[in-house]
Amino acid sequence: MTATITFSTPTSRPAARTVNASVSVRDTLRQIMTLAWRALIKMSRNPEQLVDVTFMPILFTLMFGLMFGGALSGSTAHYLPTLIPGIIAMTTITACVAAGIQLREDMDKDVFDRFRSLPIARIAPLAGPMTADLARYAIAASITLTIGIVMGYRPGGGVFGVAAGVVLAVITGWSIAWIFLWIGTKARSAGAVQGISMMIMFPLAFLSNASSPSTAFRDGSRP
Amino acid sequence: MTTGTSQAEGSSTRAEQAGRDRSLSVSVAVEARGLTKLFGTNRAVDEVDLTVMEDEIFGVLGPNSAGKTTMLNMLATLLTIDGGQARIFGYDVRSEGHAVRQLIGVTGQFASVDENLTARENLWLFGRLQGLSSKNAHSIGDDLLEQFDLMKAARRPISQFSGGMRRRLDLAASLITRPALIFLDEPTTGLDPRTRSQMWDTIRDLVAQGSTIMLTTQYLDEADALAGRIAVIDHGRKVAEGTPSQLKTQIGTSSLRVQMAKGADTADALVLVAEVTRNTPTLSPTNSGFSVTLSDANEAADVLIALRNHKLDITSVTVEQPSLDDVFFALTGHTSETTIPEIETSKS
Repeated sequence: MTATITFSTPTSRPAARTVNASVSVRDTLRQIMTLAWRALIKMSRNPEQLVDVTFMPILFTLMFGLMFGGALSGSTAHYLPTLIPGIIAMTTITACVAAGIQLREDMDKDVFDRFRSLPIARIAPLAGPMTADLARYAIAASITLTIGIVMGYRPGGGVFGVAAGVVLAVITGWSIAWIFLWIGTKARSAGAVQGISMMIMFPLAFLSNASSPSTAFRDGSRP
Repeated sequence: MTTGTSQAEGSSTRAEQAGRDRSLSVSVAVEARGLTKLFGTNRAVDEVDLTVMEDEIFGVLGPNSAGKTTMLNMLATLLTIDGGQARIFGYDVRSEGHAVRQLIGVTGQFASVDENLTARENLWLFGRLQGLSSKNAHSIGDDLLEQFDLMKAARRPISQFSGGMRRRLDLAASLITRPALIFLDEPTTGLDPRTRSQMWDTIRDLVAQGSTIMLTTQYLDEADALAGRIAVIDHGRKVAEGTPSQLKTQIGTSSLRVQMAKGADTADALVLVAEVTRNTPTLSPTNSGFSVTLSDANEAADVLIALRNHKLDITSVTVEQPSLDDVFFALTGHTSETTIPEIETSKS
């Protein structure tokens, strides 16, 4: 797959060097997993970074459920089947923004220069944290679901339906996160990433019939 | 997959091309011609030519913001090259970055290790990224921690590390795969004298083990102590290149500073000193003394005896090694510290 040429070195060298012209797919995947490990360690040592996928979903679910439930569907219990899937989508999209912010912070650190100076796939420092973020989206979706069930939500799809729903939310979140990741590589500071990302995130997250009945939207903006 | 194969073939042709070129110059580690970097209209690096031979320590000497780091970052594929050409062991830095990155280790001015990980985890991470098995990454990492005297701190968070420890860990991280060429950007800036001399020993060991080193520094004594050859950089341009002794003979081996006593005729003294040393002395800013470069420190005695014989009294005298400032002044006609307002001080 990769063209290998032997680099002739004097005998004083530790070993004759083999220089590869490009990174193989297998090596790329391994590098991504190694950097995902780094991102997970980072997450576990800075648990405050998980606030947006732990407390936010709880807050959203309680707030929306108790505040809008009566107005939108007559009662909180009637609203839950609309609300919970909505909040799952909302929190995963909100959680995405962090991907760009954290990448920007990472790129501003000197350790990123070392990654760039290593013979690794150029995508690995981006895809590594993205892979670790799957855990964040899964946490957000699971917590929302749990709170919903505690509040009396009984999903109709059965275990597999619910699991498929969570997986769909995680994949959606992961896919949208690349937008914010791209902003992270372009913007000058973490603050700027946050500002720009919020602008994109809010319509995506709240232009939804989970926060307001579809009939309340003007034609053309109806979700 | 087919596209992947054709890409690989494309780079292999380039690599073979480089292989042919390399056979002409087997012992050249770094070859740069007309290397240029533009930041807007500012030419941060301006048509620099460099040749670093294998197994030598090559020093790049210059003041802050002379373009040293920019130059190193271009050679290490961290910055794009705006003009000219550079090859590392025959591989073109622009088009064969991946090959170049397999041959180099980079240690920057600031420790580029992960603050969230322990020392041991850092070395494991960089080892894994460079294709070592988990077991090998651990054993090589532990060897390096031992070698750099960091074993006791191996499991502590980096945030508790001292500056010297970070620097050592950073260097250790660059050595995991024993790169043939190591770039060191100001390896001792900000270190205390003891840690500094330890770092010097480490650098010498690396060369003894068969590495080529290109380092930048602001200190003449450091370049002098370590480097076999030195390039002096100022405002992005190379102003001189040679062995430390060649550079020093250009500017004399030491300089003599004399403060004249009140009432002594400084002008007479200058004429006398010029006769004795065959060098032109420079008047001190306060006009009450002078400094002159000496090709031999023993000439200081000749100067003092001449002054005594002519009854020209002095109040103080110092003999100094030439500083980077002296080198700069001799080579460029201006000092490296452009911020000192010389005209202001001459009024006092």
